[in-house]
Amino acid sequence: MHIRTEVSERHTLSVTVVNEPGILARIAGMFAGRGYNIESLTVAEVTEDETVSRITIVTSGPPEVIDQIIAQLDRLPPVHRVHDLTAEGPHVERELALVKVKGTGDHRIEALRLAEVYRARVVDATISSFVFEVTGGTDKIDKFLELMGEVGLVEVARTGVAAISRGHSTF
Amino acid sequence: MAQERTGADILIETLTDLGVEVVFGYPGGAVLPIYDAIFKQDRIRHILVRQEGGAAHAAEGYARSTGKPGVVLVTSGPGATNAVTGITDALMDSIPMVVITGQVPTALIGSDAFQECDTVGITRHCTKQNYLVKDPAELESVIREAFRIATTGRPGPVLIDLPKDVQVAGTAIDRPRTSIGYNPQTEPDPRLIENAVEMIAAAERPIFYTGGGIINSGPAASEALRTLARLTGAPVTSTLMGLGALPASSPLWLGMLGMHGTYEANLAMNQADLIVALGARFDDRVTGRLDAFAPHARKIHVDIDRSSINKIVSAELGIVGDVGRAMEAMIAQWNKRGHQAADLSGWFARIDQWRAKRSLDFPNSTKEIMPQLAIKRLWEATKHRAPIISTEVGQHQMWAAQHFNFEDPNKWLTSGGLGTMGYGLPAAIGAQIGNPDALVIDIAGEASIMMNIQEMSTATQYELPVKVFILNNEYMGMVRQWQDLTYQGRHSHSYSEALPDFVKLAEAYGWKGMRIDKPDALDDGIAEMLDYKGPVMVDCRVAKLANCFPMIPSGAAHTEMILQANEVSGEMDDEAKALV
Repeated sequence: MHIRTEVSERHTLSVTVVNEPGILARIAGMFAGRGYNIESLTVAEVTEDETVSRITIVTSGPPEVIDQIIAQLDRLPPVHRVHDLTAEGPHVERELALVKVKGTGDHRIEALRLAEVYRARVVDATISSFVFEVTGGTDKIDKFLELMGEVGLVEVARTGVAAISRGHSTF
Repeated sequence: MAQERTGADILIETLTDLGVEVVFGYPGGAVLPIYDAIFKQDRIRHILVRQEGGAAHAAEGYARSTGKPGVVLVTSGPGATNAVTGITDALMDSIPMVVITGQVPTALIGSDAFQECDTVGITRHCTKQNYLVKDPAELESVIREAFRIATTGRPGPVLIDLPKDVQVAGTAIDRPRTSIGYNPQTEPDPRLIENAVEMIAAAERPIFYTGGGIINSGPAASEALRTLARLTGAPVTSTLMGLGALPASSPLWLGMLGMHGTYEANLAMNQADLIVALGARFDDRVTGRLDAFAPHARKIHVDIDRSSINKIVSAELGIVGDVGRAMEAMIAQWNKRGHQAADLSGWFARIDQWRAKRSLDFPNSTKEIMPQLAIKRLWEATKHRAPIISTEVGQHQMWAAQHFNFEDPNKWLTSGGLGTMGYGLPAAIGAQIGNPDALVIDIAGEASIMMNIQEMSTATQYELPVKVFILNNEYMGMVRQWQDLTYQGRHSHSYSEALPDFVKLAEAYGWKGMRIDKPDALDDGIAEMLDYKGPVMVDCRVAKLANCFPMIPSGAAHTEMILQANEVSGEMDDEAKALV
């Protein structure tokens, strides 16, 4: 017998939740328990009184699975609202990466030039290394890392995607 | 200034205020302060079970038969983990339940203290919501929210983990925890109701496919179903969990559908042009092979849980809301539009042909008691008393669903989603507590009953006249049936070896014990059981190798039903073996 695989779409979900202990475990566990993908997940408090957190989840799956993911999130009592930013229209996605590059000579100079092109900032430097801070969409970061791979990339830390809708409307 | 109260006092007072009359529980170190508070009051009745799993199932039986939430009180560590099966069972079958667990003092949490376990972690995915309360000032608001979440929307279990120091600590403050803003949609969208009514009115081969959601919604929902069925004239089938919503005596009733459902119910689903799913969730036991499921039908799916809609089967029209309210709205709209029941005589003529197959018939025997016959006779002997029937899990459960005819909701207690052996006896105990004057019978198998046999002692202590009717074939019959079907009859570990003498066992617990082993003794035996005022255990020796039919093999289509045992083949391929 064989296990079936299906075409999948990438969706960015913005989920506001009650900031209570265990909520992240509840959501991450729901994804694991039902076999959904998490490509990235970020979470932080977003209100002054610290009662609401926003979780941004990048997930992928066939359209009917995406619909199920939204419904399954929505039915959790501590979840306020779930927005499928990918489906709802224009939105901004950003992530931040800290990129350590090791090397001397031409590689080092090339790394600096590329960093400038990508508007990456140098946040740490030694004689034989840099740490760059770069922000942007996932594609941009991926591309930057690919280039850095040619010039001495040794370590990466990424935040995962934070996202928000464009325009004046809020949720 | 308000008077200072301990966490334990707050718990008891809030439960009392919420109308809780009964708590099923078992004491232990981490709940001693609560038990002391229980000792000092007389408004909440505590039922002492013999194992915490029994408490959870008893609470389920209480909830399912009364419509009120079941409340469980157990200690930390093993008390909580023993309750987990019952909690998961309640989640799968949408049973309103609130579980209070003791926890080690807050300062010891995370230190691997004696009888510590991460209760909220363990139960996070088998509860609708759970809480660890570290401040007694928050306790009252948490308890109130827990009951609201357990009983509204799609009902389910909610757990509150209460460290021992929080039970003891005094507070004069009530500082509500931030509300989680939970607000399930119960009112259906009127425009969708209009669409649904037009689809029903226009259908040529409609069928109502009903489920446990109708029972959960309350007696008014069953009334609405009866009215809706009468107005539209459409036939009705039901899942295991929905039995009793429509009377089995109704001419519109097709019997249960699905794996062990009737031929007419499954064929009607297969040939229908419109399926109206009401509080049912297209479980794999119902649909059979999905790509062959109801190929001609448009589907309307009414469910209070949006995630049920389009989860398994996509619906042309999904309606989120309370199924009772939705049916009432459909009735009002149907009448407003002046619809008359369509002429469905052609549809019923086909249904009658399927009915003529008599798919629930079984071979008779003069030597052995056929298990199906035992259930039919039990039904005949008790139907005038509207008994509450619980079951364990297995062949006897399916035979009970097929041959015991339910006329009303809340009379049928069974573990449908999780399929928990050992559910029936504690559930019967819970139902008897909630319905002291009712006739409560656990239709059991000899293997399942052993899983919570200790609860006999609970029935003895509280003088509960529950009847346990064991269909004893000396096999884990459903396991053996699948081994017959898929593994060429290799009966690996499915024989019930070393069974106790159930008559002596009953007597040891202070029950009446009886054995029925001949068909001609069946009716007298049942009468003797019913005549006895106290608890009775009946060891009914039935045909050992009978299998449960009709059956749609796992992964087969509704049209591929096996009606009788001689249609069974020997071995299935790996695709079929991998299905559950």
